[in-house]
Amino acid sequence: MNAPLSRNWDSLRQSRRRRLERAAGLGLGKAIPAERIIDLLEAVIQPGDRVCLEGNNQKQADFLAESLADCDPARINQLQMVQSVLALPSHVDLFERGLANRLDFSFSGPQGARLAKLVQEQRIEIGAIHTYLELFGRYFMDLTPNVALIAAQAADADGNLYLGPNTEDTPAIVEATAFKGGIVIAQVNERLDKLPRVDVPADWVDFTVLAPKPNYIEPLFTRDPAQITEVQVLMAMMAIKGIYAEYGVTRLNHGIGFDTAAIELLLPTYAADLGLKGKICTHWALNPHPTLIPAIESGFVESVHCFGSEVGMDAYISARSDVFFTGADGSMRSNRAFSQTAGLYACDMFIGSTLQMDLAGNSSTATLGRITGFGGAPNMGSDPHGRRHASPAWLKAGREAAGPNAIRGRKLVVQMVETFREHMAPVFVEELDAWKLQKMMGAELPPIMIYGDDVSHIVTEEGIANLLLCRSPEEREQAIRGVAGFTPVGMARDKAMVENLRDRGIIRRAEDLGIDPRQATRDLLAARSVKDLVRWSGGLYAPPSRFRNW
Amino acid sequence: METLDFRFASKPVSRVADPALCGVVGSGNLEILIKTGSEPAACRVSIKTSARGFGDTWQAVLGSFAAGHAAGGTEIAINDMGATPAVVTLRLAQALAEYQGGAQ
Repeated sequence: MNAPLSRNWDSLRQSRRRRLERAAGLGLGKAIPAERIIDLLEAVIQPGDRVCLEGNNQKQADFLAESLADCDPARINQLQMVQSVLALPSHVDLFERGLANRLDFSFSGPQGARLAKLVQEQRIEIGAIHTYLELFGRYFMDLTPNVALIAAQAADADGNLYLGPNTEDTPAIVEATAFKGGIVIAQVNERLDKLPRVDVPADWVDFTVLAPKPNYIEPLFTRDPAQITEVQVLMAMMAIKGIYAEYGVTRLNHGIGFDTAAIELLLPTYAADLGLKGKICTHWALNPHPTLIPAIESGFVESVHCFGSEVGMDAYISARSDVFFTGADGSMRSNRAFSQTAGLYACDMFIGSTLQMDLAGNSSTATLGRITGFGGAPNMGSDPHGRRHASPAWLKAGREAAGPNAIRGRKLVVQMVETFREHMAPVFVEELDAWKLQKMMGAELPPIMIYGDDVSHIVTEEGIANLLLCRSPEEREQAIRGVAGFTPVGMARDKAMVENLRDRGIIRRAEDLGIDPRQATRDLLAARSVKDLVRWSGGLYAPPSRFRNW
Repeated sequence: METLDFRFASKPVSRVADPALCGVVGSGNLEILIKTGSEPAACRVSIKTSARGFGDTWQAVLGSFAAGHAAGGTEIAINDMGATPAVVTLRLAQALAEYQGGAQ
């Protein structure tokens, strides 16, 4: 018998001990003064480390991000960054200043153009663009962080953390790091003797630092009703009558745009008039959209689980604890990993928008010159083959797709777009920009957000295309052309085939749904301004100043 | 500013009422005035638009409207500030419905 190879089985723990000893050697305890944060980072981070810099959709560990970017690239370099969102300039500074060279991420909205430039200059290597759940999954597989830099609302003297309403990604990040020999450093907005509740126990946290100012939170999910157009109202009417009502969609997720905000604001008016209260939209995986307030106040909504919070919504959420998930302390508990799981497996419908769609129904928000990623949309906007429990909406969709003897249901994945974006850019295209972007990035695959074979319906101002009922690729193509309006793709339709699809109910126009275009006015919106939303909330919603004009 | 004029054959409008005005002249929007014209089986449209070079798109949008609705015997005047085809189509449908005084 061969003798087993001798090796260390606790090298991670030993490395962790050495890092902590280096910090202790500099006189650094568990609570770090803000002015010594760079000393700490340079003591515990090593070249080549995998570092998770907490950047969520909303909450940003901005002080730690700026501090890391200010570290000496001679001491800290070759970092492999793993993080959900590249949102802040400092996130990209890390690569421009030579501290980091590899990135695995999910979403880079505001930094998309700078990121594309760095890729072109070969100053950054992108491992992959993930969905949130994929990235969280890889934290527990092959992308476990050596160091996590996170953001919390408050710490007590022991280092217990209170995360506040914006829990977001923190539990997933901390769990992966703390239990695999990593170092967890938290920036906090305040130090308290007694926390409202403990979200992260102190023995998972190595260091806390009181940030000079509270962490930045992006009001990403606030849509001003004043900007909703009458075309969006018309599309929302079609979606409610032609999809929500017909399938009896009770459990769902909405995307972020004005199209779905219009639907939220038609629930207390148009949907209520159709007798749909209690029959649709009762359970949500959704951030606390201010535009959902009128539907909540009207008794449409039973439950909302949130990925994160939204600026200005905290007092309203606390006062509606029957609807939102809140702690015994009264404040909300969000959790991106769990809400994404709910969106993937427990919702019957995802509805969202996109920037481009091709003739197979593939859609992408990646356009030339910008690498944006997709966040959670690909999870929400996919039909999960792992699902087993039935619901009326899921079964109806499954039987439309595969006939009355279907052995499984289908998730409704709805793409809602106007056929032209601003500056007359057509949404419907022969080829997605994603293919050119793939070449530019040298990526294995084009950055497609939602695959065409997952899409069940497309809603445009011209009507609804039900792709579940299409029986061939040709029919799908003509169904898409048939709602593509006056874009070149829409103009190139086979008119006879489109009329045939309309006769079969695969394409339905507003008039086919019995919708009067004169009703499609802003008067139908339950709230027409941010001020209306504040009024609906009984003064509990406190919008950020940029949304206040009174 | 560009001026465009079109004439489309269209089924005679079902009911004639007072002229109807729909929409506003604002960015991305348009104003439509619809009134009785001289030819019962045709719809005449004159457009003043701030966006130059979209004559083919106008022809397609208006042609589709005239074919899909009974709009014969009307004259339509449009003041456009870069409305998308979606907005134009919705406004035309709203204006015609108004012109017919509630008939659908």
